[in-house]
Amino acid sequence: MAIQVLKDKCVGCGACVSACPFSAISMVDGKASIGTACTACGVCVSKCPVSAIEKTEDENGPVDLSAYKNIWVFAEQRDGKLMSVALELIGEGHRLSREISDETKVYAVLVGDGIANLADECYEYGADGVILIEDPLLKNFTTDGYTKVIYDAIQEYKPEIVLYGATHIGRDLAPRIAARCNTGLTADCTRLDIKVSSYIEFAKANTTLDTSTLDPNDPSTGIKQTRPAFGGNLMATIICPRTRPQMSTVRPGVMSKREPVAGAKGELITYKPQITAADIRTTIVEIVKSAKEMVSLTDADIICSGGRGVGGPEGFKLIQEFADKVGGVVGSSRACVDNGWIDHSHQVGQTGTTVKPKIYFACGISGAIQHLAGMQNSDIIVAINKDPDAPIFEVADYGIVGDLFKVIPEIMAEWDNVEA
Amino acid sequence: MAFKIIVCAKQVPDTNVIKTDPKTGTLIRDGVPSILNPDDANALEEALKIKDKHPDTYITVVSMGPPQATDLLMECLAMGADEGILISDRAVGGSDTWATSNTLEAAIRKIGDYDMIFAGRQAIDGDTAQVGPQIAEKLGLPQVTYVEEFEIADNLKDITVKRQLEDGYEIIKVQTPCMLTCIKELNTPRYMSMSGIFSAKDKTVKIWNAKDIEVDLTKVGLEASPTNVFRSFTPAPKGKGVVLEGDTEKDVAKQLLANLKSKHVI
Repeated sequence: MAIQVLKDKCVGCGACVSACPFSAISMVDGKASIGTACTACGVCVSKCPVSAIEKTEDENGPVDLSAYKNIWVFAEQRDGKLMSVALELIGEGHRLSREISDETKVYAVLVGDGIANLADECYEYGADGVILIEDPLLKNFTTDGYTKVIYDAIQEYKPEIVLYGATHIGRDLAPRIAARCNTGLTADCTRLDIKVSSYIEFAKANTTLDTSTLDPNDPSTGIKQTRPAFGGNLMATIICPRTRPQMSTVRPGVMSKREPVAGAKGELITYKPQITAADIRTTIVEIVKSAKEMVSLTDADIICSGGRGVGGPEGFKLIQEFADKVGGVVGSSRACVDNGWIDHSHQVGQTGTTVKPKIYFACGISGAIQHLAGMQNSDIIVAINKDPDAPIFEVADYGIVGDLFKVIPEIMAEWDNVEA
Repeated sequence: MAFKIIVCAKQVPDTNVIKTDPKTGTLIRDGVPSILNPDDANALEEALKIKDKHPDTYITVVSMGPPQATDLLMECLAMGADEGILISDRAVGGSDTWATSNTLEAAIRKIGDYDMIFAGRQAIDGDTAQVGPQIAEKLGLPQVTYVEEFEIADNLKDITVKRQLEDGYEIIKVQTPCMLTCIKELNTPRYMSMSGIFSAKDKTVKIWNAKDIEVDLTKVGLEASPTNVFRSFTPAPKGKGVVLEGDTEKDVAKQLLANLKSKHVI
């Protein structure tokens, strides 16, 4: 995989230099020259007006890829309860497994102590099987303990794909396992595809990608992992062509759960872990659930979000009243969190929570790309902002150019009339 | 015997000020400053706090990047670090997180003597949060990620940290040597001081290439990376909606609610 400049075709226009997200291209003697920062992302290839830049793709390497089969989902549990993202990933794993082949199965990997009862929930949400790894030393998550037992199980069963939720636990565990397996890991994915045809479908509906160079009949069953980079300014689709298992962490709240089938059953594999206390080098003194009220942005039907335009912590009082009135919860842009106006748990966006409510009220939010990345899949977006040129209006279904302190009280007043 | 801390840092474009050109869909990089990755600034600050309390502490900041990243290391020295090392070599360019961690592992082995490593949780250009744990794995160190509070006993051995979780936190004990990855809740990074800037001139930034760190060249760089970029693109903007107009705020509010009602969302 490499990017090459065809020097005889290059006219030295510099279009690639400004297009490169990694500042990897410079002009040397009037011709484009690819520098060390190049990640072979290929943005320059499509920007070159004279087709002077080429991307060469590699063939598969020497690892026997066919020895690896099935999809595993790390079914993260905390305190004996499955995380919502575990069920989302079982649903996604189910979908992907059928895209690979009829024989491919999705297994939920349950690690803990006294958690066998969670297997049924995994089957109901679409798991063909469960790999149960239990030991008193595994009761709570530890990096060392979970890495060891899951790595050992991977060596024994050789899954083709392993998915983890991009939670504070999944993002601690997955890089460790991937490094031990010497395989690739893609962080915080928001879209996964197996078939090139479904990737093309996705790309056409949601992106600016030129799909003409993709072959819908491509028989490859490697996973295509799409994720935001550069704070959501750029999307990249990552592949892992030469090593197995292929691994991804997936952003919570993005994939869909399957409709549960009551009483569904599957294959139970009990894996006996080899683990001793000496393997675990950290000691958990206590685990504390936050006393502050959890903001369940992911489950909210209506979110009223405030941005820099609310002016300060007291501005969020109005946003809170608004949310109370419409039965919503309060969200925030990163700027307000960074300014200390509101707690991080309210933050929507790239580094906060990804949301898709029925209605998203963006109040005084300019619409930085990082924020948009976390809320643009909302069903209806209403933007209230003084600046008619604010980027938030680009994604809003309904825009109101005006002072939020005047507009919101009117909406609140009218809300009762509509409800009545 | 000095207490030796390694801090991993990266120079990143300030993604908060990057915008995309709505017409061409390309990133507008002009005028985008390069900065010390925010979480890495928290990592360095925590190391400096140890040095404040235990002056016999030696802090080495290690980074990988193009030659310009020496600016970043100079900044770290001016904040109070003792030494900066930049790994810069065409051979390690284009690395994914696996290959990057191989490079930094080799550099840290070359440094050799250390008691603990601080890194930022993630860099704002890639947002992977993978390199810290992967370095720890390769060096065989225990790790704690998402560190939001840190305390080290006077024996400089026993560490207690508060690790952030989405729904709370956990208190974890670990001993040196270890790898901790830091988040912004941990501390407020100090600014460079005048005296720091002057004394930085007497400190050194070493630039090491792949040969210097004796890294296996089949394990670094674009070619060796297990993950590759298949395609990249800019997200498509959602179809433009309508801007509601009216003489008064009340008019506009009425129109909005009528629209929401007609869409059956309320």
